[in-house]
Amino acid sequence: MRFLFIALLFVAAPGLCANDYAFPINNPFLATVVGTPEPLRAELPDKARLKIRRLSRADWEMPEAMWFSERLEYSYRMQRGPAPMIFLIAGTGGFHNTGKNLPLLKAFFQAGFHVVGITSPTHSQFVVAASTTGVPGHQKNDAEDIYRVMQQIRDDIGQQDRVTGYHMAGYSLGATNAGFVAELDSRKKVFNFDRVLMINPPVSIYSSISKLDRMLQNIPGGMDNFGLFFNNVVQAITGAYKQSSTVEFSPDLVFEAFKDNPPTTEELGALIGIAFRLASSALIFTADQRTDFGFIKPSNVHLTRNTSLGEFGQVAVRVGFTDYYHEFFWPFYEPQYPDESRDSFVRLHSLYAIEDYLKGAQNIAVFHNRDDVILAAGEIDFFPEVFGDRATIFPNGGHLGNLEYSYNMAKIVGYFK
Amino acid sequence: MMPRTVFSIALVIGLALGGCSTKPVIISGDAPEEPVFTSERLIESDVQSPFVINDPLEGFNRTMYRFNYHADRWVLMPAVRTYRFLIPQPLRTGVRNFFNNFFNIRTFFNQVLQGRPVRAMQTTGRFAVNTTLGIAGLFDVASHAGMPYHREDFGQTLGVWGFGPGAYLVLPFFGPSNIRDGAGLAVDSAFQSWLDPLNFDDHPSRQYVYYPLMILDTRDKVAFQYFRTGSPFEYELVRRLILTVREIEVAK
Repeated sequence: MRFLFIALLFVAAPGLCANDYAFPINNPFLATVVGTPEPLRAELPDKARLKIRRLSRADWEMPEAMWFSERLEYSYRMQRGPAPMIFLIAGTGGFHNTGKNLPLLKAFFQAGFHVVGITSPTHSQFVVAASTTGVPGHQKNDAEDIYRVMQQIRDDIGQQDRVTGYHMAGYSLGATNAGFVAELDSRKKVFNFDRVLMINPPVSIYSSISKLDRMLQNIPGGMDNFGLFFNNVVQAITGAYKQSSTVEFSPDLVFEAFKDNPPTTEELGALIGIAFRLASSALIFTADQRTDFGFIKPSNVHLTRNTSLGEFGQVAVRVGFTDYYHEFFWPFYEPQYPDESRDSFVRLHSLYAIEDYLKGAQNIAVFHNRDDVILAAGEIDFFPEVFGDRATIFPNGGHLGNLEYSYNMAKIVGYFK
Repeated sequence: MMPRTVFSIALVIGLALGGCSTKPVIISGDAPEEPVFTSERLIESDVQSPFVINDPLEGFNRTMYRFNYHADRWVLMPAVRTYRFLIPQPLRTGVRNFFNNFFNIRTFFNQVLQGRPVRAMQTTGRFAVNTTLGIAGLFDVASHAGMPYHREDFGQTLGVWGFGPGAYLVLPFFGPSNIRDGAGLAVDSAFQSWLDPLNFDDHPSRQYVYYPLMILDTRDKVAFQYFRTGSPFEYELVRRLILTVREIEVAK
């Protein structure tokens, strides 16, 4: 009888324990920027010892000023014996082996999986080397690109006799990518993923990018002070530079620079907005070069390896994701979608587009935070409704702030076990 | 001297190619087509953007930046990886300690020139401890004893004397710098050759150990990798980064 009572307690625990979840940062903006405090992080090896390889060059014309991005890199590490392989897709502007990809790859490898890190389709290297259209953010196209890249990587690594199955994980935009890739795989059946984990995905990409753009209204003095605030952020990043620092302009690494010295609460939102601006500016300028669309680079102008790009950079950081959507992305795809409108096209790039699939896909789970700053009010409810008990919602953590928390990391790794 | 020859050749190549224009090339029509977003529409002219910095040597600098990428990727980094693979960590630490200690000589003279006697004394003390107890600098006894470590070069000294940084300058192999610090580097090197603390004059073969190890150690401790920032504006952003880092070092 007593045994039964205790067993019941354990069954009920996940529901009861919502209040006992001990991630200590309750301000979601602060959590997003500073992440998990060092002592509370999962224990991981110092070095990931990943191997880095480059795929062969695609056959489309590459922009000359992006000559250094002509081949897509990926990282991987194989176990000695047979094991399942986990593909991990980076978030917005993220590279295959830096930022939040790094702790996840370490944790997965430590837990006995072969690991492969994949660069986000929004990273400029992916846009140049692996995006068929050159205009990223289109979820179906991006999923097809990622899917093709995954197959190229599988063939490039070889040693498939040691791979006993395939899993996939992604965080932030990479989680949305993973959802669309899983849907594609359910039809193409190349990998037949055993398990897929989506960590903190946006529900609607458009709604999240609008929210990120709006965060810049928190700049002290408003958007008129963008230039000054941007300068201060760059100044802080350079001030934090040490010889041992990796220099990368992705959101993860911008937050890294502010981890020990976060700004005041009002400015945190603005900082998050700026961090994503650095990523969006890279994406937008690269897409503009791939397509000669004439967004910030005049369409009839060719950029050489030596062309000074400063002025384009200055403009690119002033342009937001929503500008990209309305004045580049939609006009670019419009001719291919005569039945869609500017507003209805938004839905194709949200999880609503694959909602039916996600409802039935027992091999997909989602981890999210109730206070994630990239979600609009009420959007969090999408996950329990669609995923049912395959959705785990943590009460706090902001956008990925609790990713490296030992409790979360154990849950993430445990999902694949 | 071999490294100097390679350096000069790279410099000449850069100067030869550096005349290339940094302007975009119009491929059809007479004038650039107006893009959706232009700088006139968006930019406040009263704020200095980190993207736009006076860079009169940009053509040369961009060429050199690319040269460094190739040198780094095909020569330096493979050598560093071999070094890491072949030489065990404790020995590499010994090498790093040796050079850190050896550069105390340079730091000392620069601190004297900067008129900072207290720091110069600290540097002397550290050098004395590590050279003796630390066995020619292989062990960093001084840091364990809590003695402060400074690193000063002639570029910083010129900065302290009031010289501005001058134009941004990307040096072959050494990477991003500025005119003042480039000149400072030349003076530091010339001074070291003249002082000849390791007595290369009588033992020329020592150079074949000294230079390769110094280059390997210098590259080994810098995490930066060319074209890995994920930004098409890497050249511009690294320029801002390096100029600020040097400003901070001079002010320290």
